[in-house]
Amino acid sequence: MDIRELEQKANEIRQDIVKMLVTAKSGHSAGPLGMTDVFTALYFGVMQYDPQNPAWPQRDRFVLSCGHICPVWYATLAHAGFFPHHELATLRKLGTRLHGHPHNEVLPGAENSSGPLGQGLSQAAGMAYVGLKMDHKPWRVYCVMSDGEQEEGQIWEAAMFAGKNNLRNLTALMDRNNIQIDGYTEEVMPLEPLRAKYEAFGWTVLEVDGHNIREIIDACNKAKAIAENPTLIICHTIPGKGVDFMEYDYKWHGIPPDGKQGHEALKELRTLGGKIRSEHE
Amino acid sequence: MSVKLADNLFSSDIKQAPIRNGYGDGLLILGKENPNVVVLCCDLTESTRSLDFAKAYPDRFVEVGVAEQNLAGLGAGMAHEGKIPFITSYAVFSPGRNWDQIRVAICYSGNNVKIIGSHAGISVGPDGATHQALEDIAITRVLPRMTVLVPCDAIEARKATVAAAKIQGPVYIRLAREKTPQFTTDETPFEIGKAFVYREGKDCTVAAAGPQVYYALQAANELAKEGIECEVLNMVSVKPMDERTLIESVKKTGAIVSAEEHQITGGVGSAIAEVLSRNFPVPQEFVGMPDSFGESGEPNELIAKWGMDGKAIFNAVKKVLKRK
Repeated sequence: MDIRELEQKANEIRQDIVKMLVTAKSGHSAGPLGMTDVFTALYFGVMQYDPQNPAWPQRDRFVLSCGHICPVWYATLAHAGFFPHHELATLRKLGTRLHGHPHNEVLPGAENSSGPLGQGLSQAAGMAYVGLKMDHKPWRVYCVMSDGEQEEGQIWEAAMFAGKNNLRNLTALMDRNNIQIDGYTEEVMPLEPLRAKYEAFGWTVLEVDGHNIREIIDACNKAKAIAENPTLIICHTIPGKGVDFMEYDYKWHGIPPDGKQGHEALKELRTLGGKIRSEHE
Repeated sequence: MSVKLADNLFSSDIKQAPIRNGYGDGLLILGKENPNVVVLCCDLTESTRSLDFAKAYPDRFVEVGVAEQNLAGLGAGMAHEGKIPFITSYAVFSPGRNWDQIRVAICYSGNNVKIIGSHAGISVGPDGATHQALEDIAITRVLPRMTVLVPCDAIEARKATVAAAKIQGPVYIRLAREKTPQFTTDETPFEIGKAFVYREGKDCTVAAAGPQVYYALQAANELAKEGIECEVLNMVSVKPMDERTLIESVKKTGAIVSAEEHQITGGVGSAIAEVLSRNFPVPQEFVGMPDSFGESGEPNELIAKWGMDGKAIFNAVKKVLKRK
């Protein structure tokens, strides 16, 4: 896919996220919309995988540490062909494979279960350690984590371990959207300077505009080329990106749009913020 | 039929060895048998008896540092890649400190990780209450999919370690620090999911786990002098529990004493009560920690003071017989 096609894909995924949340009547809005461009870049411009064979041994591994943004993961996995697209409508409903927080055992393409924050980076480091140090495999491990979960001590245990062992096959991508449930991260619990902190732990740190798909792909390729260290890509994102009334507003961290708000959001996404006429109008 | 135990069972010169030694022996067997077995440890390599494996198989040993949450997460990630990680620390730290990681990244995620909690029980002694794990059985057996093993001596710990690697899914193995009698033999049977009759009797069942199995045999020996015949069960497999052996025994004896070095709440005795209350309720007395924290002292002093020795079992049998 070229960049224009990737951007179109991201727009489709955002529309799916809005529809899923409206149908589910609960769930998180801001994080999934904010990380759509990163997921699109990873799944359609960076990672190797086979949706027909999710356990393909040579695949790149993907670990979602902040499980609450799973609507974007689910929509992306459906677009990548891991399961039927219509299943997205079952989010959070009885009998679904799309639980409120992801469960690896039921959903093709989900490598890990997550929900309690701070756990993913350790699991990703465990996978990377096996791939690099024990089994000498070429695949890489990607771990998406939130900025708020940097408040968990376990993250720093894992960061220390990855730094010590020079896990160069590990790329972590942080959703730096500056919000968490109780407010702005720097008010709830100041996280900065994140770059200096990770560098001090032995990581290479890159920073990108989390809505510039070209930049995200380039940074992932740069991380691949870095031979010594694990890499953190700080993705500066806008929470609720693509839906004007959600952007930058931490109130939208943990709630879904209602029907009317969903209609507004979809209209905005379909018209690219009013720039084009929607065929649905 | 009761099983074969050491010939010099009640002799003062019976061999003594820490239960944790059996874990180290088991790891060496696994190192040779199964290349997927890897060992992770949190800065306690010697005292948890991981050191021999670490020396023999340095490429399969991972020093994690003092970071038990990461320990559990790393183990989950490695299991995801087909390894059989034995994550090793003191029981107060793992599963004590990393229960959420064990719950979600290991049990719920179906990762094949073996959790080894050494230095469990009050017999840790002088280190005091912070280091005496008395809640670990409760917090592991409550987790869906978890197997919980509490070996009674070093030989059984070796067998439990080897057996844990052969089943798919999370296993918790509880080890103790102090030397205790090595009273089982290489021939003594062991199987996950089975309880074993170590002494036959008709008057009262004593179902114990860990070092308390030996104390139960001692108590039974003393009680026999008064004409009271106890049936002693080794409940090494706390989960899954061998309900059949347990029920058959109490059908014969009509009373039971449970014995363990753990809080009475949620421990082996509770697991036994859950089985019997549904199937064949009989009077039960509980030998264990009475909802308290421990303290510093010599292991034998603490075991006696807090009522988890042979004398406590002896008295509990007398008490439960009055309720028959």
